[in-house]
Amino acid sequence: MSVDAATVKRIGRLARIRIEEGEVETYRTELNTILGFVEQLGEVDVSGVEPMTSVMPMTLRRREDKVTDGGYPEKIVANAPLTEDNFFMVPKVVE
Amino acid sequence: MTDLTRLTLAAARAGLKAKEFTSSELTGAYLNAIEGGNSKLNAYVAVTGERAQAQARASDARLAAGQGGPLEGIPLGIKDLFATKGVHTQAASHILDAFKPEYESSVTSNLWRDGAVMLGKLNMDEFAMGSSNETSYYGPVINPWRANNSNAQLVPGGSSGGSAAAVSAWLCAAATATDTGGSIRQPAALTGTVGIKPTYGRCSRWGVVAFASSLDQAGPIARTVEDAAIMMTSMSGFDPKDSTSVDLAVPDFAAAVERGVKGLVIGIPREYRMDGMPAEIEALWQQGIAWLKAEGATVRDISLPHTKYALPAYYIVAPAEASSNLARYDGVKYGLRDTGKDITDLYELTRADGFGREVKRRIMIGTYVLSAGYYDAYYVQAQKVRTLIKRDFEIVFNDGVDAVLTPATPSAAFGIGDEDMKADPVKMYLNDVFTVTVNMAGLPGIAVPAGKDGAGLPLGLQLIGKPFDEETLFAAGRVIERSAGIDFSPDKWW
Repeated sequence: MSVDAATVKRIGRLARIRIEEGEVETYRTELNTILGFVEQLGEVDVSGVEPMTSVMPMTLRRREDKVTDGGYPEKIVANAPLTEDNFFMVPKVVE
Repeated sequence: MTDLTRLTLAAARAGLKAKEFTSSELTGAYLNAIEGGNSKLNAYVAVTGERAQAQARASDARLAAGQGGPLEGIPLGIKDLFATKGVHTQAASHILDAFKPEYESSVTSNLWRDGAVMLGKLNMDEFAMGSSNETSYYGPVINPWRANNSNAQLVPGGSSGGSAAAVSAWLCAAATATDTGGSIRQPAALTGTVGIKPTYGRCSRWGVVAFASSLDQAGPIARTVEDAAIMMTSMSGFDPKDSTSVDLAVPDFAAAVERGVKGLVIGIPREYRMDGMPAEIEALWQQGIAWLKAEGATVRDISLPHTKYALPAYYIVAPAEASSNLARYDGVKYGLRDTGKDITDLYELTRADGFGREVKRRIMIGTYVLSAGYYDAYYVQAQKVRTLIKRDFEIVFNDGVDAVLTPATPSAAFGIGDEDMKADPVKMYLNDVFTVTVNMAGLPGIAVPAGKDGAGLPLGLQLIGKPFDEETLFAAGRVIERSAGIDFSPDKWW
């Protein structure tokens, strides 16, 4: 499998990374080099093998369903580039 | 007075306890060394001198009262990937510009609890993606080591290149680091230092900037095996805030260092004998085998048949997890923000501007292999191969092997701006060919300096252990360190 210019642009869009026209060819070449390298996985016989979900055998811990943290919105937004009244500010999304 | 920065962590600790010098003096010596050398080595991206001196004074008060924790008054460097409250934490990325967290990572909290002093934050590959420390927004770290009769600048390895260079160049007593595919062990090998990636779950990931969550693990880089063991004891421990943290007692790792290897079975995997492996690496490996045998270990040839598939599987799993983890950098919650005509434009421009080339390449690969129609062919296949890689190790460990000995890296340190690696990303990825299997299987692995190549540059050996048996790695690593008997001090040029 290899990617073409249109696929590079589509992946960029999905990843929310602007790809300029002049960068498409470099990305296409580099992504195909990496995909060419990982292609060899296809030769491994994986019949009957479960995909790994947890590298150490463990069940996810559960805890009591109660609030243990929070109540400091000013800390949450302290590093935001633009805030107002402890809200994150973004360009208008809904008309 | 002797140069305090040249002391091992263990010796500095003993000196502090015996009141031969104070933490303020020790910390001052390190801050002077950073002041003098950092402009040339670029190991620190932020120096926290005032805080260090305040911590040192507090340590001195405790030491004077005969109190203090296991790291009381010891000055450490912290990789920029660890959240440190109110202090520069940017994963060496432009996209986290000016980020100062409101919280402290669990691992660094453990270190301050035990009395350690923070000198500053250490340079690294951006978001820990790289094997040469050249992807940092702050520029490359320079290896304190140079080839004989050469002034050419070499890389310290990566991603924990700042940690390795700072430890090697006496700019801290020891450092924290992280390892997703070899990022502790490869730079340790390239700088003549000791680095250990503990078993997955041993150190909390809480407050460590996430790269690939199923592979990331924190660990120390230090100048000796004993120092690494002391650091590990403080860094480890159960943390309810990390859902994959393992609730297991932390042994006193330093107590295992002089245990020796008598009666241990050491496996030598034939698949690690790669085509085109330099003769020096092969010779070092044979030397390591001879040292362990001489100390009473039994050496056994073993097979780990899926070894060659670890690196390609890693380059699906790690970018996939990274593309998900790095979705949070959107120009809204923290860090860099570019102006866009609408919200999507803001996201796309901020991320294009804030991420470096290697990070964008990996996010793109990860997005592709997780996208509709390709998920099974790439991601599920890679996770199945990962199961097989882990099974390879389980089989040999069940068969009585206590640890596995391999080379740590395929070569010694290489030059900054290597043209071959710049042209082909896969060439750079091959640096991790011996280390990445360990992350894929969640196992502990230690890199110990064991020899030098023809140009006088350090080379390391790697030991891989059973889950949660880091003690055997410290014991066997110490045998290699002691048998080699080499002083891994670079000639100071900085």
